[in-house]
Amino acid sequence: MTHFDAATAAVEAALAAGARYADARVMHRRYESMSARNGDIEELKQLESAGLGVRALVGSSWGFFAVPDIANGTVREAGHRAAEIAAASAMVAGPAAELVPTTVAVDSWSSGCETDPLAVPLSDKGDLLAGATAVMRDSGADHAEGIYQIWDTNKWFVSSEGHRIDQHIRECGAGISATAISAGETQRRSYPSYRGQYGTRGWDLVSALDLLAHAPRIAEEARALLTAPLCPTGTTTLILGGEQLALQIHESVGHAIELDRILGWEAAFAGTSWLDLARLGSLQYGSELMNITIDPTIPGALGTFGYDDEGTPAAARDAVRAGTWVGVLAGRDSAAVAGLDYAGSVRADGWARLPMVRMTNVGLEPGPHTLDEIIASTDDGIYMDMNRSWSIDDKRLNFQFGCEIGWEVKGGKVGRMLRNPTYTGIGPVFWRSMDMLSSEIVPWGTPNCGKGQPGQVGHTGHPAAPARFTDVRVGVRA
Amino acid sequence: MSAELEMASRVLDRVRAVAGTGVETEVVVDYHALALTRFANSFIHQNVAEAATAVRLRLHLDGRTASAATTVVSDSGLADLVDRTVVASRTAPVDPGWPGLAPPARPAGCGGFDAGTAAATPAERAARVRSFVDAAGGLETAGYIRTQHWRGGFANSAGQSSTGETTQAAMDGIARNAGADGVARLAATALSDLDGRVLGARAAAKARASADPVELPPGRYEVVLEPAAVADLLHNLAVWGFNGKAFAERRSFVALGESQFDPSITLVDDPVDGCEIALPHDAEGTPRQRLVLVDAGITSAVAHDRRTGARAGAESTGHAFTDAGMFGAFPVNLRIAAPALDQSPSAEADGPAADSSVAALVAAVARGVLVTDFWYTRVLDPKTLAVTGLTRNGVWLIEDGQVTRPVKNFRFTQSYPQALGPGAVLGIGAYPQAQPDSWAVARWTAPALRLASWNFTGGASG
Repeated sequence: MTHFDAATAAVEAALAAGARYADARVMHRRYESMSARNGDIEELKQLESAGLGVRALVGSSWGFFAVPDIANGTVREAGHRAAEIAAASAMVAGPAAELVPTTVAVDSWSSGCETDPLAVPLSDKGDLLAGATAVMRDSGADHAEGIYQIWDTNKWFVSSEGHRIDQHIRECGAGISATAISAGETQRRSYPSYRGQYGTRGWDLVSALDLLAHAPRIAEEARALLTAPLCPTGTTTLILGGEQLALQIHESVGHAIELDRILGWEAAFAGTSWLDLARLGSLQYGSELMNITIDPTIPGALGTFGYDDEGTPAAARDAVRAGTWVGVLAGRDSAAVAGLDYAGSVRADGWARLPMVRMTNVGLEPGPHTLDEIIASTDDGIYMDMNRSWSIDDKRLNFQFGCEIGWEVKGGKVGRMLRNPTYTGIGPVFWRSMDMLSSEIVPWGTPNCGKGQPGQVGHTGHPAAPARFTDVRVGVRA
Repeated sequence: MSAELEMASRVLDRVRAVAGTGVETEVVVDYHALALTRFANSFIHQNVAEAATAVRLRLHLDGRTASAATTVVSDSGLADLVDRTVVASRTAPVDPGWPGLAPPARPAGCGGFDAGTAAATPAERAARVRSFVDAAGGLETAGYIRTQHWRGGFANSAGQSSTGETTQAAMDGIARNAGADGVARLAATALSDLDGRVLGARAAAKARASADPVELPPGRYEVVLEPAAVADLLHNLAVWGFNGKAFAERRSFVALGESQFDPSITLVDDPVDGCEIALPHDAEGTPRQRLVLVDAGITSAVAHDRRTGARAGAESTGHAFTDAGMFGAFPVNLRIAAPALDQSPSAEADGPAADSSVAALVAAVARGVLVTDFWYTRVLDPKTLAVTGLTRNGVWLIEDGQVTRPVKNFRFTQSYPQALGPGAVLGIGAYPQAQPDSWAVARWTAPALRLASWNFTGGASG
């Protein structure tokens, strides 16, 4: 039985059991990671996961069942179980469920990959991490850590509307971090991001990071932070590095524009959104410099694919244009409820999980400035970089972020290093205060976005560049 | 012999055939059946189930270690698993910290198991959702009900083997009243112990008592934290503080033998008391066992797997997870233990308090804040366990022993050990409540706490 045959059999069984729509995904994923600490390899993991998940719509209610075996009898039983679960959902039924139309595709798609990361010898990959962590240890780190992760995913999608799509997506990335410890606190510096930078690319992404070249610097900075002055408390002009701004986008824009949250479908766990669909197209989200796109077509970015997990082809769309909120991340059913005519942002983190609204690549278009220009034009402020902690309320309004490192900015120049920099604010107030934005965009990858029940881990991309914000509260501490 | 132990034994045999008898081998086989029914806007919108077996193999050969796992458990799938793990173990870097395999040992007990929960149907879950929704009396509701059945087998080449099964059911829901939410949340071994009507009514009472909240200025307030909020303290203390690896690396606040907590606080991790979601063995085959982490305010232990235990000169405490080498071992069945705790179902109370013992704690507060739940808590520095997060699902001002008005959510930035430090715990509620973990692998059991001070650093407006 081929993968397509298995998915087709599951869909047919769900239809035979009463479903008016069904789709199924067979997925096979290989995952490899290695971690190193202080010059030694700490752990090597090689995981394989394969199975089928089938989704059935009976009346207005959904059901989903997943099995690891794609034998004919098993997948037919899975389709039947999905319909049975959907029927049970009807005991507490909601309004009629519809799906916005999508192109019925029969296609094959694969992400670009210059160097197959799974084909790179383990010894080469281990030498890289062991070497970088040894350099950090020798440069002053109490704990020097390095990690790479690789995902190699094949999936075959079939729907009762006629979709028949296979995709091969390869993702990888790596990072290093140095921690220095005193009697009372820890300080950490990372490169290029804590736990690394990731993309839908091959090992060439990791090679280009040049981890070894950055290892001494971050170890020295972690050590220096232990005796640096505390970030002052107050309200000031804030410059954020691109990596931190990527997370700011993720938390205070990406999640806020998820249509399932806006509709209340995540109210009890992930939360809702401060956004009201009645103001889509008119709400001022941020300053005129704020142009954010939803774009799963960016080559090499972590949220890139050919089709989402409902079979909708990848397409770029505006989320915020010149500061005005104009678009959402949607699925076929949530879009129908909202009266929208587009979907394309639904994904599952594996064969055993229900596809749901997820970020793809949600990020900024380039601004007109450079980081040097932003600093040069700042008379009094603080420059923070590299995320260390993040917290935001269930409406995606009230946030507090901590960064690994900060610097004073006085008279247009970077001054003293500052430790424990934090900043806090309210999403739209913060974004409306953005008065300078760099053109130096990097498509940062976030491989650990949690959402859903049962929990799912999403891979998202966030093009971002350094930017400046005014009147921001900084230096919150316990 | 269980199917999982039989499969583990087959994999051991295959390793011997491929790599000889000199290889140190451990095999973990886990069968998980998880079903979860979600509701929002007062109807079931997601309803999922899965059943799968996963096999994890770890080898140590000629000083090198490799591990691999698969959900492909056919004969050919298991053969592939063995072959590629053997290859990886021959090319992997040298592992100087290999702690050796767990020796044969008898189990100390197991978590809870209920056959009815293992066989629970979608209709049984939906019926409890129906009860929750109906009990909310017309308020909008959202949440989930979950059942899980976990069967496991372990075998290693040192002669240790173990098998067991456990179940857990959990329900977690909110009722919504013009933007104000109230929550009720409970975990149990048996689905039959979850009453959607009781939980829905409790959530609705909180939501109704939350209408028209006021914004209070930030500052330090005396607080009464309900069990859902206390569970967040236990979670963060467990993951960042009582983590044997973090302790060994001086990233934890823990100082063994020191009076770091109020004398009223005793913290116990007890996966084998017959109530928890736990197998008899951990991922290295070490028997799960009761571990007292804080005894009457004195920090007494941290959790170890074999690797962190060897580094610390200690034994494994049975807290190994699969493939968690980078993060370390930590407790996941933590509870506050106190002699006066009442294990019977909590007595309901009128108004927003979760139960009568919460109301009793409130009665002793001259001015303070009653907090139902915490949300999105993140650690600023593990060494101090300074945490920022927000309140959620119901906050009220307490004046002269009475709940006087609902309050808008606060942001806080607070050291958790400091909040529970000597002299800081002013009261402990009578009824411990088992709180489910959102990732279905842990359970935190806590009564309400009355604490002298909590550092609210911001209000709803920033």
